[in-house]
Amino acid sequence: MLFKLALKNMRKTIKDFAIYFLTLVLGVAIFYMFNSLDSQEAMFQVSNSTREMIKLMITMLGFVSVFVAIILGLLIVYANNFLINRRKKEFGTYMLLGMGKGQISRILLFETILVGLISLIVGLIIGIFASQFMSILVGKLFAADMSKFEFVFSKDACIKTCIYFAVMYVAVMIFNTFTISRYKLINLLNASKKNEQIKIKNLWVCIIVFILGAVMLGYAYYKVTGGISELSTEEKMIPIILIGIVSTILIFWSVSGFILKLVQLKKNIYFKDVNMFVLRQLHNKINTTVVSMSVICLMLFMTITILSSSLSLNNTMRRDLEKMTPVDLNLYKTANLPETEKFSKAQIEDSKKTMIQTLEENGFDMNKLKDVIEIPIYATNELTWRDTLKPVFEEIQAQNPTLLYDTAEEIVKVSDYNKIAKLYGEKEYSLNDDEYIILCNFDNMTSIRNKAIKAGSTINIKGKEYKSKYDECQEGYIEMAASKINTGIILVPDSCDLTEDMKEEAFLAANYNANTKEEKEEIEKIFTGENNSEFYNNLEEKDISIDGMTKISLIESSSGVATIVLFISIYLGIIFLIASSAILALKQLTESSDNKQRYTILRKIGADEKMINGALFKQIGIFFLMPLILAIIHSIFGIQFVMTMMSVLADAKELLPSVIATVIILGVVYGAYFLATYLGSKNIIKEEE
Amino acid sequence: MERVLEVKNIEKYYGNKSNLTKAIDNISFNIEKGEFVGIMGASGSGKTTLLNCISTIDRVTAGKIIINNQDITKLKGNQLNKFRREELGFIFQDFNLLDTLTAFENIALALTIQRVKPKQIEERVNEIAKKLDITDILNKYPYQISGGQKQRVASARAIITNPKLILADEPTGALDSKSARQLLESFEDLNKKLNATILMVTHDSFTASYANRILFIKDGKIFNELVKGEDTRKQFFEKIIEVQTLLGGELGDVI
Repeated sequence: MLFKLALKNMRKTIKDFAIYFLTLVLGVAIFYMFNSLDSQEAMFQVSNSTREMIKLMITMLGFVSVFVAIILGLLIVYANNFLINRRKKEFGTYMLLGMGKGQISRILLFETILVGLISLIVGLIIGIFASQFMSILVGKLFAADMSKFEFVFSKDACIKTCIYFAVMYVAVMIFNTFTISRYKLINLLNASKKNEQIKIKNLWVCIIVFILGAVMLGYAYYKVTGGISELSTEEKMIPIILIGIVSTILIFWSVSGFILKLVQLKKNIYFKDVNMFVLRQLHNKINTTVVSMSVICLMLFMTITILSSSLSLNNTMRRDLEKMTPVDLNLYKTANLPETEKFSKAQIEDSKKTMIQTLEENGFDMNKLKDVIEIPIYATNELTWRDTLKPVFEEIQAQNPTLLYDTAEEIVKVSDYNKIAKLYGEKEYSLNDDEYIILCNFDNMTSIRNKAIKAGSTINIKGKEYKSKYDECQEGYIEMAASKINTGIILVPDSCDLTEDMKEEAFLAANYNANTKEEKEEIEKIFTGENNSEFYNNLEEKDISIDGMTKISLIESSSGVATIVLFISIYLGIIFLIASSAILALKQLTESSDNKQRYTILRKIGADEKMINGALFKQIGIFFLMPLILAIIHSIFGIQFVMTMMSVLADAKELLPSVIATVIILGVVYGAYFLATYLGSKNIIKEEE
Repeated sequence: MERVLEVKNIEKYYGNKSNLTKAIDNISFNIEKGEFVGIMGASGSGKTTLLNCISTIDRVTAGKIIINNQDITKLKGNQLNKFRREELGFIFQDFNLLDTLTAFENIALALTIQRVKPKQIEERVNEIAKKLDITDILNKYPYQISGGQKQRVASARAIITNPKLILADEPTGALDSKSARQLLESFEDLNKKLNATILMVTHDSFTASYANRILFIKDGKIFNELVKGEDTRKQFFEKIIEVQTLLGGELGDVI
């Protein structure tokens, strides 16, 4: 009997349930999609390092999923609470007829199970189909071979989704029982009659608060863009974030009053149709929704910023990577190993040879390489970081106590460097006999070194003093890397007395003598040992280690990182978006049912349906737009801040596609919720026949 | 004299063939311009149905209702809305003021819905407020003013559009006797000074005694009609009580 009642209720209130249901289904589908990545068959057609990356991504997505589950859980409890509140009268009637609270709880239990099951099934079906599209996307981003694509169903993800959502539904049930137990019959029956106290704010106070909020926000905006250089530590960020939050709240507290006052001054707008009603309605409603509006605005802000900056970060990272990997291969090995027992004779002997010698002696065919350049890199304990930073050492050590100041500086002859620079297409340098240059591109180190150079730091090699040619570090590097991590290389004139025993490293840069990607990968396998090459085995046998960095592996691993960041941000961004849209939608529906009386009055005094629906549309539209507009303004500055922090120089042209993609995602989800809310509200305020 | 309302043989049935209820059973009457007519009857007598039919909220089953030479039973959809907006003014028992709007805005809303030019609105609201003596409270919200004041604001809203006919449904139903008297006096003013035509539904004899003419309805039919004529209000009131006793008397016969 109770089950039948629950079933009937559901069918009757299907329109109220629509948004709740939509949210649940979307939640389930997205949860499944992002957790089903591990069983995508298509992914196994990629290289080892990429597979590692995908594994890492799945692990991280797993962690993020816990966080997402918490957000979804809170959202579901909130949405459910909204539905319960709308049905107070119904429960009152049950109780009046003698039904116990236990029985009412049981009705709700059936309903929750029913809604839960249906949404889980529908969500999983949508998720399973949508995940097929996602694996195509993943494959594309990781440049995987998609020829083996097939339809995938992930049992693990399915079970995981079911368990997570089951836990959420149980939480909802417990919450419901608790809510029901607190109800009093008289309040349930009179729920609709309860008059809400209307507080009308002083309009002038609103204007002052609005201006205050706007000024504070302007200050915060300035701090994260124009004044960004002062933001050296995380602690300095906190007050700015707080100012941002407080000013957002202030603006929402006052914006309706501000707009109202402005429009009131414009009589021909204010006294047009039912504009007056709409504005007053907004002013009245926004008072009770300041906090949720602010939360929604901030969530939307996060969504927009996360989505568009990760999208454009992904693009720029891929582009930068091309620039940072000018050649196919870098090899380096330590020179002059000390003659201790730690190293074998073969190792010590080899360390005295050049890289080319080592390669040739161990059976590597040098014809496989072209543009080969080998240079020695020197170092001496006479010249450490401590020495180069000498004039400002105390100060720097106080600020950066953990730096390893006894690290020996890497020294390279300027003509050697120029050979590499020519190959890389970088700037070449010339030096007088008493000059040096520091090449450095790691930001923190650059600023430390610049301080020392400006203080007139000189270096001393073999008793000869050198002074810096420039008054700051020069941009440059020798070893390729995915990001700018060169902490410093000292270029000295060729006349500098660098002896054989100061050689620290043999460095070789070259391109593969091949044209196609496949051929290059084939050569690379000689170094990675994947094809059991003679060269690799010889080195293994002698226990000689050569370090290296290749263009192919660098691009694979870094684009992997970019993709992981992208995936996690899309996941989080969409969840934030759904959460904020759903809260907004539910809030609006509650308002609409509370305001039903007011619309009836409008109808009674002669407003036609078109006018009333227009008023409703405007009202809901403004409510949806307000947090969005502020969020967009926030994001304009937020994205700039992220870009500066990530030291990516993003010009408008590069950002545009990412922003457009974000707008499309946002528009579809937010728009769907808006439409559902409008139609739902229209239904609520419709005249009863 | 100009005829504002002409009700011709209207009938209104509820239910189906097996269980038919005649809420209105062949009622006809006319209202001339400048009249103040009361409709009295017990609950269930059909007076509210009658008012709903005249106010175009409900449709009649048979008969004609002609307001200002227009048969409103033939109007449809937006024509009805337009008609209701332009030709009728409503005053309700529970005021139906919008609590989010000031008194001024509540009155102005009736004009903005008719798309009156913003310039005129302020002028017209102030003018009507003066007549109803509510100028002081124009900038207050409904929750800040008394019931009587609220009903006067509602009256101002009903009259400001210069409707052909004002329909009042139990206007004193939610007022204490002092406020009720004040409101009825302002109705009298509207009627006499502005020559407004008012049709008022009530079950309260005192309220009804302010009208010039009263129609008594029982079981969907016109049972009696009283005209004030040259009587004082007190004499008229006594006549009303007499008719009411007669109306209730029949019930007594059952025993």
